[in-house]
Amino acid sequence: MFKKRVAIQDFAAESRLFNQRAVFAILFVVLMFGIIVFNQYQLQIVSYQDYQTRSEGNRIKVVPLAPNRGLIYDRSGILLAENRPVFSLELIPEQINDMAATLAELATLIEFTTEQQDAFLKQVRAQRRFNSIALKEQLDDQEVAILAANQHRFPGVTVEARLSRHYPFGDLFTHALGYIGKINTRELQQLELDGEAANYAASRDIGKIGLERFYQRELHGTMGYQEVEVNNRGRLIRVLRSVPAVSGQNIQLGLDVGLQLTAQQILKQHRGAIVAIDPRDGAVLAFYSNPSYDPNLFVHGISSANYNELLNSRDRPLINRVTQGVYPPASTIKPHLALLGLESRTITTSTKIWDPGYYTLPNSDHRFRDHIRWGHGWVDVYTAITKSCDTFFYDMGIKLGIDRISEYMQKMGFGEKTGIDILEESSANMPSRGWKRARHNQPWYPGDTVPLSIGQSYWTTTPLQLAVATTPLLNRGKLVTPHMVTAFNNGETTAAHIIPPRQVLEVENEQNYAVVMDTMHQTVSTLGGTAYRAFLGAEYRSAGKTGTAQLAAIAQDAKYDADAIDERLRDNAMYLGYAPYDNPTILVVVALENAGGGGSNAAPLARQLMDYYFAAGVNRDD
Amino acid sequence: MTDNFTGNARHSRLAQFHIDTPLLLGLLALIGFGLMVLYSASGQSIVMMERQIVRLGIALAVMVAFAQIKPQTLKRWSFPLFVVGVALLVAVMLVGSVGKGAQRWLDLGFMMFQPSEIMKLAVPMAVAWFIASHSLPPRILHLLGGVILCAVPTLLIAQQPDLGTSILIATAGVFVLFLSGMSWRLIALIAGLISAFLPILWLFLMREYQRQRVLTFLNPESDPLGSGYHIIQSKIAIGSGGFDGKGWLHGTQSQLEFLPERHTDFIFAVLSEEFGMLGVLILLAIYLFIIVRCMIISSRAQDNYSKLVAGSFTLTFFVYVFVNIGMVSGLLPVVGVPLPLVSFGGTSMVTLMAAFGVIMSVGTHKRMLAAP
Repeated sequence: MFKKRVAIQDFAAESRLFNQRAVFAILFVVLMFGIIVFNQYQLQIVSYQDYQTRSEGNRIKVVPLAPNRGLIYDRSGILLAENRPVFSLELIPEQINDMAATLAELATLIEFTTEQQDAFLKQVRAQRRFNSIALKEQLDDQEVAILAANQHRFPGVTVEARLSRHYPFGDLFTHALGYIGKINTRELQQLELDGEAANYAASRDIGKIGLERFYQRELHGTMGYQEVEVNNRGRLIRVLRSVPAVSGQNIQLGLDVGLQLTAQQILKQHRGAIVAIDPRDGAVLAFYSNPSYDPNLFVHGISSANYNELLNSRDRPLINRVTQGVYPPASTIKPHLALLGLESRTITTSTKIWDPGYYTLPNSDHRFRDHIRWGHGWVDVYTAITKSCDTFFYDMGIKLGIDRISEYMQKMGFGEKTGIDILEESSANMPSRGWKRARHNQPWYPGDTVPLSIGQSYWTTTPLQLAVATTPLLNRGKLVTPHMVTAFNNGETTAAHIIPPRQVLEVENEQNYAVVMDTMHQTVSTLGGTAYRAFLGAEYRSAGKTGTAQLAAIAQDAKYDADAIDERLRDNAMYLGYAPYDNPTILVVVALENAGGGGSNAAPLARQLMDYYFAAGVNRDD
Repeated sequence: MTDNFTGNARHSRLAQFHIDTPLLLGLLALIGFGLMVLYSASGQSIVMMERQIVRLGIALAVMVAFAQIKPQTLKRWSFPLFVVGVALLVAVMLVGSVGKGAQRWLDLGFMMFQPSEIMKLAVPMAVAWFIASHSLPPRILHLLGGVILCAVPTLLIAQQPDLGTSILIATAGVFVLFLSGMSWRLIALIAGLISAFLPILWLFLMREYQRQRVLTFLNPESDPLGSGYHIIQSKIAIGSGGFDGKGWLHGTQSQLEFLPERHTDFIFAVLSEEFGMLGVLILLAIYLFIIVRCMIISSRAQDNYSKLVAGSFTLTFFVYVFVNIGMVSGLLPVVGVPLPLVSFGGTSMVTLMAAFGVIMSVGTHKRMLAAP
């Protein structure tokens, strides 16, 4: 009875106790759920914007699209620089579990050098996530086929087709076009300074030299981009938005493939340069420096062996002789000086001096020799130019004085960069009193003026500068700015690229231009003229001036003997010519290193170039 | 529905099969919602759905089977089951196979078996058996006996190492003691002891990866691509869900696989992202319904053993829910606890449904036994 009552009481009390605890437990559960709800509220309502943004940032990636580089055409529309698809073997490091094993296996399929592998691994460490990195570029068809067949074995390894620059004419246009190459750190910094870096997010290449460099901005174009949705492995799920890239502008050059080929052919035996411009507007028609090299070597990164060969070659193919070849102009500048002499009334057309074969300064025994030992006898300005009499110009130079010569020649463009549309250009040197003081800390002596009067000693010029500085003679005082590009084309419209000539000379007697041009015509057209033989039988009438630059000092009484001195110290042959003589459309400068006399070596080359020019009608429609 | 909720089982046809209708409805609602989320979280994988449905079927069958067992029978078998469970744990320690760096599995030849799953049921049952064989509230000595019953399997499982499960099992046992009416002073004392135990746990018992998880929990942004990645991506998924979510199958975090373990432990983040705060509230309401219903069943049970076992199972179920949601939403460190009946997963679901079977048994056998 007692036991039973206790048990019943116990049961009730136990039940109450349990219910108490159960209620407490439920309250606890509700409280904890309340905490969860509060936390959800914080995450989903209060911080919603923040997490929403981060979620979008996760899934949306902006993929830049590289623009196609503008093409380059010659004057008749022949492609000089094109974009060709090339296949490259690329790897996405994040998708490769064992890089070393993958590389080892790939090596059994196709060949790649350790140099390539090292460059690749270096890039792997530097690149952004999920970028594909090239291991080997320019795969040949067989390699592409091998890789395609084995693709399934290599997750994260792809064969990518990209557009790559190609110069179909190889070494023919190298010094004019230049080439492109991979963007390096210095160039990237420069792009950042210019605020251009964002536009290059997808670009790998940049113009390194030549036109490719000068017109980098025009040729490059504007980057496009795609907003894509990606998954956690960076794989593209779908494209959300796409802004296409705008291709770079195509550019047309004044250069002519035929003329250029002729220049290359005729220069084959020499180190030197040929440049032809249209003297009326400065358009460059031919631009060739020999020896040249294949710019395609540089596009995908030149091997160090190839580069060293170019760099260390005794013939220095990397030098652009048209704009960086600094040569004494020699007698080719006699017409320019003659114009100054006439203008300053130092001479007239009837002035005659006696040439005994040498010139001496007053109170001096030193004989400045004429190239004809026995002299020309009585010479006027016509004879002085057609037969290239040195004594006449020695005398006139001394009468003009260094200051007038220096100032006038600088006006015509000597000693100044021509401003052609490539950056690899030397200003060469037009000496003056101030220059000599600054450079050699010496006063200017009359003895310096004498050789200067025949384009020797300190006076140097580049072939292009000589051509450009001749245009004021032909254009009644107007100097052109040479330019290779004649038009831009954005795919729809073409805009001509014209740089108007500048008036640099104001002459007192316009007739003096005609006199100077006449002397140059007679150099070609009259028997005994230094270029007469070279142009004998030409079907057009041209004008010109020869030059022979002496590189080795010759003792007072010694005779120049080409065979006796080192080949590298032989005379440079120069020729400056234009045609038609009365209304020139082409102006040619030929500069040959160590080739000998200008009349016999350089002038015939200019003749061949002009022959082609007129026969092919290169500039006829102008 | 109200009628059902109050548990008038006599009116239910299902009662003949010892099925508690409100609880079954709650569980089915949860399973339905869970399958919907899983379909999205699995990347619409039919294969995974099939496997999950088969598992759920088995689990439901197990539940129904357990519901048929009388509480008295269960009580009788509680201690023997516990002894078998401990023996199996010792066997695992000696010959178990290693998976994911822990020795938890016993290879039975035809299937892999995790004895710690048995203990999830056996420990609260054994403790309840022991406590209920004396009057309530239990005396200190009885409590001590209960603690020992908890401690043995807990330590055996902790050394596997499977810290999460061992803590859950200990918790289940402790819930029995709590529900049996142990004094609040004792509870406070034990809480104090546990806090004192934490540094020992940190320094001597936890493995390096476990400590790393806790550190990551405290500052997930310190290692956004390493161990903090899970929790950051999970919070982004939850937060970007907003109030009404991105829509079913349209969660970018989950569909684009930024969210790791999205179909297993982190499935709550998928739900949060696609159904938003609204979906979370619905889920919590279902859970709360199930828990409250189970507690009602427990409090109406006919004897102390049944009450304690059912109450402990209920609270353990809650702990699963809270720990999983807490870890996914950054309230707790990451421990491998699935979201009950929603996460894709095997054995633990069967165990869980067995527990619900026991609760149903407790709820439905009561009246028959109470009748004269």
